[in-house]
Amino acid sequence: MTNIAIQTDSLSRSFGDVKAVDGISMTVDSGAIFGFLGPNGSGKTTTIRLLLGLLAPDSGSAKVLHFDTRTEADAIRLQTGALLEHTGLYERLSAIDNLEFYGRVWRLNKVERAARIQELLQSMGLWDRRGDTVSTWSRGMKQKLAIARALLHKPALLFLDEPTAGLDPVAAAELHENLINLARKQNVTVFLTTHNLAEAEKLCDQVAVIRHGRILSIGTPDTLRLKQGGSRIEVIGKGFNEALLSQLRQRSEVHSLELKEHHLTISLNGQPETAPLVSLIAAAGVEIEEVRKGAASLEEVFLTLMEEEKSNDQ
Amino acid sequence: MISDMAVIVWKEWKEVLLQRGSRRGGPLTMLLLLGIMGIFVPLQSGRAFLVEPTVILVWSWLPLFLCMSVVADAFAGERERHTLETLLASRLSDRAILFGKLAASVLYGWGLSTGGLLLGAVTINIAFPDGGIAFYDLGLFFSALAASLLASVLISALGVLISLKAESVRQAYQRLSLGFMAIWFIPMLFLQFAPASITQPIMNALNHMDLGAILPWAAGVVIAIDAALVVACMMMFQRSRLLDM
Repeated sequence: MTNIAIQTDSLSRSFGDVKAVDGISMTVDSGAIFGFLGPNGSGKTTTIRLLLGLLAPDSGSAKVLHFDTRTEADAIRLQTGALLEHTGLYERLSAIDNLEFYGRVWRLNKVERAARIQELLQSMGLWDRRGDTVSTWSRGMKQKLAIARALLHKPALLFLDEPTAGLDPVAAAELHENLINLARKQNVTVFLTTHNLAEAEKLCDQVAVIRHGRILSIGTPDTLRLKQGGSRIEVIGKGFNEALLSQLRQRSEVHSLELKEHHLTISLNGQPETAPLVSLIAAAGVEIEEVRKGAASLEEVFLTLMEEEKSNDQ
Repeated sequence: MISDMAVIVWKEWKEVLLQRGSRRGGPLTMLLLLGIMGIFVPLQSGRAFLVEPTVILVWSWLPLFLCMSVVADAFAGERERHTLETLLASRLSDRAILFGKLAASVLYGWGLSTGGLLLGAVTINIAFPDGGIAFYDLGLFFSALAASLLASVLISALGVLISLKAESVRQAYQRLSLGFMAIWFIPMLFLQFAPASITQPIMNALNHMDLGAILPWAAGVVIAIDAALVVACMMMFQRSRLLDM
């Protein structure tokens, strides 16, 4: 029980006729990096608002850090940091004033505040521009400052809505490293939404795919890949022919085939032995140069789930 | 909660002082106002500035219009600049945010009003030294302070109510301005253009009014309105309602 950071049970919230969040049930472990993936308007932001107690659910319940979002939202917000849809920075103020304000909000004492602000601004490479009015900064700099603000009071749980949006690849990689360190070394739970599936694949211990307010799939990236995409083999070589492809299609372990010039991708049902397939291809006279075995990427899983959901809707 | 309110006041004033990102714009506006209120007007009025009740009351009320710009920005500005949600996601309680915003506006208006009054007394003593050192009649001075405080609370609470619902600062400011223009100018226009048969008895009554007896009642009415507005603000200020808009 103590190692669960977030637990929701049939959490729902509508705006008029639109079901923004529709019966979400999920569990996020403490110290995990949890990726919440979904297209625009799928209910990610509303879910974060519900978990922070900024919106009341229509039905269902949620506990964050063991506090009920309906009745103990103040206690939740006390221990969480958030980078929401917008950076939330006061652009007429300087970077240091923005952090000073939130440092006071979180009741850091003067010495602690000054040290923490310096540490964060230096680690983000913003220290030299600390006195500048934020409105003069680039989007990436603002995003870094907003992340620094979310981390200022060393929260137990971080909500990050598209944290690497606007960051250059170097800054994004540094942030990834920081988030992994926070989770692994300080047991901070990170709940992040992202459109960047490679980022989710690299960072997240658990992911959930959401669309139209419903969770389509949830689990570790590996589980999702195996569950949704299955495994596959890629064969690169010369001499593929229609007779061979037809033979392959008839085999029960083969889900589908895709041939692009000298590159054959075979999607498999479950986790079958692949050696017989490779032998079959070789026996058919194909000059094999390379064989790769693997699972679908998270991006493919995501797209498959979206397609399935679309078909179900129709 | 007081320390949390103070944090909000600190931030609000910092933003007022750095209006439009300029380190000079905000303080210059305040100095200009203090110059007009505390130097120019007293110089025009002479030593009468210290004893005329209407002068003190009128010039104590005027800075309150400054509250409008501060309070119109309170929530509509946060919403417009996308800072509201992050503020609401912080550990601050609803009450601390609401009363912090109210306090920032009230203290700004009342502070300028008080500063203008005190500067006026200094100006009079320097510019018109004949007759020795003079100060306001204490009763009038404290009445003016009380009146400006009550009016600051009035406009600030009304402004918060409007700002909570407004989609932009401009909309909040326009609504607040229209409301106050109606309150100030409709009676003035009425007295200006209504037939003398109607206005004359009113003017006579006003001229012969016992201010000493009326003021406590008037203050009581304003206090009641202030209290009602503050309660309305407390009822309207709910995190979930603010993000539902």
